[in-house]
Amino acid sequence: MDLRYTDAVPSDAEREAVDALLGSPPSGWEGGTERTDEDLRWARGGAAAAKDRRDQLLPALHTVNDRVGWISEGALNYICRRLTVAPAEAYGVATFYAMFSVRPRPAKVLHVCTDLACAARGSAAVSADLTDRLGPPGTPAEGAVWQESPCLGLCERAPAALLLQAGPEAPSGPDGTAAGDAPRHCAVVAPATAPALVAAARSPRDAPAEPSAAVAVPQAGDPALVLLRRVGTVDPESLDDYRATGGYSALRRAFALGPAGVIREVLDAGLVGRGGAAFPTGRKWQATAQQADGPHYLVCNADESEPGTFKDRVLMEGDPYALIEAMTIAGYAIGAQQGYIYLRGEYPRAYERLSRALTGARTRGLLGPDVLGQGYAFDIEIRRGAGAYICGEETAIFNSIEGQRGEPRSKPPFPVEKGLFGKPTAVNNVETLVNVLPILEHGAAAYAATGTETSTGTKLFCVSGQVARPGVYELPFGANLRELLDLAGPPERLRAVLLGGAAGGFVRPDELDVPLTFEGTRAAGTTLGSGVVLVLDDSVELPRVLLRIAEFFRDESCGQCVPCRVGTVRQEEALHRIVDRTGAAADEDIALMREVGQAMRDASICGLGQTAWNAVESAIDRLGVYK
Amino acid sequence: MTAVPLQPPRRLVSFTLDGEETRVPEGSTILDACRSAGTDIPTLCQGDTLTPKNACRVCVVEVEGARTLAPACSRRAEPGMTVRTGTERARHSRKVVLELLASSTDLSTTPRAAEWIKEYEAKPDRFGEDAARVDEQPKIDNDLYVRDYDKCILCYKCVDACGEQWQNTFAIAVSGRGFDARISTEHDAALPDSACVFCGNCIEVCPTGALSFSTEFGMRAAGTWDEPAQTQTTTVCAYCGVGCNVTLHVQDNEIVKVTSPHDNPVTHGNLCIKGRFGFQHVQNRD
Repeated sequence: MDLRYTDAVPSDAEREAVDALLGSPPSGWEGGTERTDEDLRWARGGAAAAKDRRDQLLPALHTVNDRVGWISEGALNYICRRLTVAPAEAYGVATFYAMFSVRPRPAKVLHVCTDLACAARGSAAVSADLTDRLGPPGTPAEGAVWQESPCLGLCERAPAALLLQAGPEAPSGPDGTAAGDAPRHCAVVAPATAPALVAAARSPRDAPAEPSAAVAVPQAGDPALVLLRRVGTVDPESLDDYRATGGYSALRRAFALGPAGVIREVLDAGLVGRGGAAFPTGRKWQATAQQADGPHYLVCNADESEPGTFKDRVLMEGDPYALIEAMTIAGYAIGAQQGYIYLRGEYPRAYERLSRALTGARTRGLLGPDVLGQGYAFDIEIRRGAGAYICGEETAIFNSIEGQRGEPRSKPPFPVEKGLFGKPTAVNNVETLVNVLPILEHGAAAYAATGTETSTGTKLFCVSGQVARPGVYELPFGANLRELLDLAGPPERLRAVLLGGAAGGFVRPDELDVPLTFEGTRAAGTTLGSGVVLVLDDSVELPRVLLRIAEFFRDESCGQCVPCRVGTVRQEEALHRIVDRTGAAADEDIALMREVGQAMRDASICGLGQTAWNAVESAIDRLGVYK
Repeated sequence: MTAVPLQPPRRLVSFTLDGEETRVPEGSTILDACRSAGTDIPTLCQGDTLTPKNACRVCVVEVEGARTLAPACSRRAEPGMTVRTGTERARHSRKVVLELLASSTDLSTTPRAAEWIKEYEAKPDRFGEDAARVDEQPKIDNDLYVRDYDKCILCYKCVDACGEQWQNTFAIAVSGRGFDARISTEHDAALPDSACVFCGNCIEVCPTGALSFSTEFGMRAAGTWDEPAQTQTTTVCAYCGVGCNVTLHVQDNEIVKVTSPHDNPVTHGNLCIKGRFGFQHVQNRD
């Protein structure tokens, strides 16, 4: 590789930020300011070394964005030199993610959610009010810039906003503030009002602290809870509290059973993936464990971005050690020594909690070269996403971690054969992994006794929209939608419930008896998806909801394949045309969307394009929106 | 006497293609099988010298038992699989893909596009006059070739040819996302300021004419481009000792562009700046 860099140089702050992540440049060839005599006589590295470091590209982009707020040509050039990445490729990666900017912008960026759950709770009024006060989205004001954002996963406190302020690391001592530069900070404002947002934009550090994760769990403290039992009742920062409430007994049992024994338990328990596809977890682990090629990797998909989904956030914020213990068990079962948590970039509190929990676990020998003195080496690294829904697709995660654009790969080959870094990989959602703990604590039979024959255990539901008590609910599989809504306090005049998120489908008020199981929703022609239950009353204009869904898919399409890249645009255009039309006036566009939708479903590379028409189709056919 | 390199013998895979028992060498794609059986499948992003990217989805076929359609260009034939190429479902997707492409990009110089649009009864106009288009102006920033991204279908072939599959220059990549994704240099710099080495191997693989020689671009703009009147002569490049084949496209006794045979075992269609663009001395008569 003979790479050509530009002449742009980084600022001191940018250089420091990158060096803090990657260390000082080892030679003049890799970003050092001078070439020494030795450098000129000896070139180390080359293409092989470059390949090993490519996965640091996304963390390096993050570190500059966190420090300066955007990624300049000089910073990108420096990152490329340090990592031996072609500038064009790094530019392609940087422009892929919504949270990065390659143009100058203020250090403070305010993300105001306008997605489904927030729209159902008045985000349009907040945006309008904010436009009056700060100007339209994208206009710098008060040293900040605000922009409309897809779902931030704060649906229980909708409408929500997230403010990210770039700057140096917060100083540890009282006098340690870098001159003239406010330290890095983030603030969640939810429920959001325009005055509160303006105040937060002016002075993020004075924004009120975020409430505990327990606020998102209306059932907190209920003894029947399994996955949520610690959320709100145990200090999420304390490893001692975690162990005092049964933590790490599952891992001990796992070591007693051995890897094959763990997989057998998980198979017998009938655990299936909670991310949406409902694939049997034990079979995935078995297939990964059996691969002769190595090393094996475990990836936890914590890129929770489906509009209306926030259960993984609540688990990670409220019980971070549970995820770490569950990942250790999964890693042990599949023979992996390295696990990755791919965490969505918009979850700063989960990042902080998990980072601390990882340090805690390492200090106590629960991660590291010799876990629990059992001779098993395992560690976990968190990789932050940067605003791309598509990176929740299991193969797009690999590309994102590897420092490529987060585009899905074609399958076959499947991740269990060729996944992360081309090696056998098991990818599991946060909720799926956490289910492993009760399976090992109480045994497969006890676990499978809850739920139905094919959907065992309990399920988390993210209830949002027009209900009295939005939040994450945990119910045994088999409960129906009516029971769930009764818990959350349904609206008086229910119009529709969106199950499964933007990629899911609508059900009518007369269909509330649908059992909330994988097979039950499938039989009813809808899906559980990731557990989204978005409740809409008759004050909501459904055509606008559909338009928001279509906008979401258009924005989040990676652009790789034609049916999705152009099809999502054509779908949005058609929905725009008929937003105020009904009957025969809408027929032609509905027919057009059906044709495009069918092609997206049949011919798209990944699940995003394949499901981009689901919710719209169900609204037309089940709810009769345009009749 | 020339030594002919022998491949190790490959096992045959038998599967059903459009109702006929078919046997193809192991590792063959469904497209390979279709082509040997004489079945015509449209392709755009597939390239004979590149690993299939299967991004355009115009070659999709129906594989029995699969939830979605499969791209014939990259899906390998498996023993016992049943493939149908002409089902209504497959033809529907191809039709819609052609409509989506033709309604958003300029396919006027894409070989066979018009023929396929007719064959599949695609109606790109039905998305209305306001349908969003890629809407790009030609980028003319050097004397050798023009990038007219209004014609780009984002097949990734130029990126693959520039990058690790052939040239290892990495001057271009896909930037942005979704409908706003574009082929771009770093920070969208002009080509002479980028890492581009002007080998023109991206032009060689471009399936739509989005990348073209300045000569061709100028002649098309002037209305003097007359492909049927051109002759093609394949000869050996005289610049160095490698011995690459160059195919000279000549119109009115002037070389108008240079390509290279893809089946050449040394170059696979690739050239360097001299072989690709260094032909002016032949016809500068001053």
